[in-house]
Amino acid sequence: MHRFANPARFQRLSAAILPWSAGATVILLIVGLYVSLFGSPPDYQQGDTVRIMYIHVPAAWMSLFVYVNMAIAAACGLVWKHPLADLFAKAAAPVGAGFTLICLVTGSLWGAPMWGTWWVWDARLTSVLILFFLYLGYMALVNAFDDPQRGMRAGNVLLLVGVVNVPIIKFSVEWWNTLHQPASVIRMGGPTIDPTMLVPLAVMALGFTTYFITVVLLRLRAEIVQRKIQTLRLTEAQG
Amino acid sequence: MTRKKRRLYMLGLALLGLGAAAALTLTAFEDNIVFFFSPTQLQTQQVGDRNFRLGGLVEQGSVTKLPDGVTTRFVVTDTVNSVPVTYRGQLPDLFREGQGVVAEGRLAGGVFQAREVLAKHDENYMPPEVADALKQAEHFKATTKTLKPSS
Repeated sequence: MHRFANPARFQRLSAAILPWSAGATVILLIVGLYVSLFGSPPDYQQGDTVRIMYIHVPAAWMSLFVYVNMAIAAACGLVWKHPLADLFAKAAAPVGAGFTLICLVTGSLWGAPMWGTWWVWDARLTSVLILFFLYLGYMALVNAFDDPQRGMRAGNVLLLVGVVNVPIIKFSVEWWNTLHQPASVIRMGGPTIDPTMLVPLAVMALGFTTYFITVVLLRLRAEIVQRKIQTLRLTEAQG
Repeated sequence: MTRKKRRLYMLGLALLGLGAAAALTLTAFEDNIVFFFSPTQLQTQQVGDRNFRLGGLVEQGSVTKLPDGVTTRFVVTDTVNSVPVTYRGQLPDLFREGQGVVAEGRLAGGVFQAREVLAKHDENYMPPEVADALKQAEHFKATTKTLKPSS
């Protein structure tokens, strides 16, 4: 695993991946938006309002996916002191927070016409709001220390504590009565979404994932270059 | 034991403890996290005169508009027990017979006086044509079933 801890090797590898992930993002999102907005049928109950799903659901998945990845990175950072793991968590946090915000906002816009309310304090909505605060709290905590190393350590601990929230979000709709519907796709017994709607959803989810990969690689590269500049300046000042 | 291994075990133990604490807290708060009561839960739950939420399906053929034009009467059921509801106000788009609702209000003389009615949709998504086809297939199945004994 420490093979990729070498910054020079990481820069070479990420430079090779970036054009592909960026190209895939553009193609997947254009195709995905077209099939979600024009190439898929309206829902038998919700009509055209169902199209909010093609943004809302991938954003919700990504909010959890990014968090789990950050938590795994935090564990690697704490246990094996992997230098890139800390940087990854820091680079991914604003992207994950963004996905969570998109999920909350589109969910609210969807709830207003369908449920008849913008917001309720049911278990699913509340636990996702807590996830959003975990992201914000992590970002604030990492930047709250003069010594970046200590900030990262504190942030990693917070990330790992917040992991308990992940299964709560996923199973909140099964454990408790909620206004939010139960899972439609990742559930026992297979998806309950018609294939004509499942395909656009999958394309959008893939597009969101490649977008995440692209942005995190860019942010990591920038962070590594910035550190290099800092050390160069330090040696210059000392020498 | 190396320091890495010790850190790993510490981390595992801490997460285990945290998970157990979260599970205990959530089971202790179980009744408060529930967003609504079903008509069956109401049979055993002491609700008294306070506000609570009632959830279930709107019974087929139970929705009536009163002559004043703004009051709606319907029955919320979980197919075992049911509770009659009255509501004054505008209903959400998804409110229809056979669909889920969550109503907030209080019980008065066996009738639930709702202050707010929210629609709850299920996890099924399909185009209208598929829904029609399914309905027709079900209808077909039902008619063949009733025809069977005579044939």
